[in-house]
Amino acid sequence: MSAILNNETKKVLIKPLVNDNPITLQVLGICSALAVTSQMSTSLIMAVALTSVTACSSAAISSIRNHIPSSIRIIVQMTIIASLVIVVDQILKAFAYDVSKQLSVFVGLIITNCIVMGRAEAYAMKNPPMASFMDGIGNGLGYSLILVIVAFFRELFGSGKLLGFDIFTLTKDGGWYEPNGLMLLPPSAFFIIGIIIWSFRQWKPEQVEQPDFKIIDISHGEGGHH
Amino acid sequence: MDAYVSLFIKAVFVENLALAFFLGMCTFLAVSKKISTAMGLGIAVMVVQIITVPANNLIYHLLLKEDALSWLGITGVDLSFLALLSCIGMIAALVQILEMILDKFFPALYHALGVFLPLITVNCAILGGSLFMIERDYDFAQSVVYGAGSGFGWALAITVMAGVREKLKYSDIPAGLQGLGITFISAGLMSLGFMAFSGIQL
Repeated sequence: MSAILNNETKKVLIKPLVNDNPITLQVLGICSALAVTSQMSTSLIMAVALTSVTACSSAAISSIRNHIPSSIRIIVQMTIIASLVIVVDQILKAFAYDVSKQLSVFVGLIITNCIVMGRAEAYAMKNPPMASFMDGIGNGLGYSLILVIVAFFRELFGSGKLLGFDIFTLTKDGGWYEPNGLMLLPPSAFFIIGIIIWSFRQWKPEQVEQPDFKIIDISHGEGGHH
Repeated sequence: MDAYVSLFIKAVFVENLALAFFLGMCTFLAVSKKISTAMGLGIAVMVVQIITVPANNLIYHLLLKEDALSWLGITGVDLSFLALLSCIGMIAALVQILEMILDKFFPALYHALGVFLPLITVNCAILGGSLFMIERDYDFAQSVVYGAGSGFGWALAITVMAGVREKLKYSDIPAGLQGLGITFISAGLMSLGFMAFSGIQL
């Protein structure tokens, strides 16, 4: 076990969580991320599905990386990813039919999730299978972290529950909490992710993007004469 | 006829792929810095969507659906689990063909679209449109209307977003929110605006 968890592995596993998070910094995989976050249970399943697809596809692509002609590599990667997603989709339909109905097309959309493709292109094509597998898990976890945070707030404030258990008793059941309906609607996910990005960047100032234009403070007499 | 108009309006406003289902978000956020490029990409997505959704509809109904192969005399075969693979293959192939046709006959448009054309293959809005079409069991005519409507809705959303972002460049934003953060929040506000259409019955 210690051989597997050496420093390099630890780095590829931990780095995507905050320092190089696929969603907040690489801007990948937002597409299917937001629509499934109105409940904790669906987003947990989605997170597991995506992490396993990313890890397995990275490992598979990396193990045949020296045999793929570069002109058709995208279509080869697509085929591997699509086959893995079909497996996940069939497993969900067999063992968790209700959740698979709720996730509807979003399981299929893992195929075009940029995290899977992006990691295959950026990491798996250049590194050995084991490291690629770990990189896939790390990036999947980074995605899962954001997904779970968003789902936590949306389910807690939107319906007063977590994983289906009552946390706040709703007013219609004689409790005190009036649910915030906006939290269950799509726009709230945008706001929560925006706030998560803001707090990540307050914590790690080196992630802040430079503005295109500087606002000049006229009261200090710097502007106007250039 | 009314049914088709209402399906179109619904696909454009009420069920906007970008703002109600978050599809194509990566490109939506990455390419919405300038109105002109955003519009070019929007048009490309719309064209691809109008072709792929009906094409996938034909494949699904003639080859993959349960008992769809009965016109070949083969019964009791259900290949619908292959839908994901066939959809993405169809999209990748069509984008490639479109790229070649544009390069040959419309070089100006081809150069204007540039790298965005191949990127459309991995745009979830395209695959999402086809998967929604399968899930909702649209017939061929409906799928043409849905493809056109959803593509137009996505193009509309990314163009409007680019307009907002061009103005945002000049505003004084807190350092941590600069760039991606404020883009998310403005996308959220736009999405709220589009939700105003959701009560409309046609």
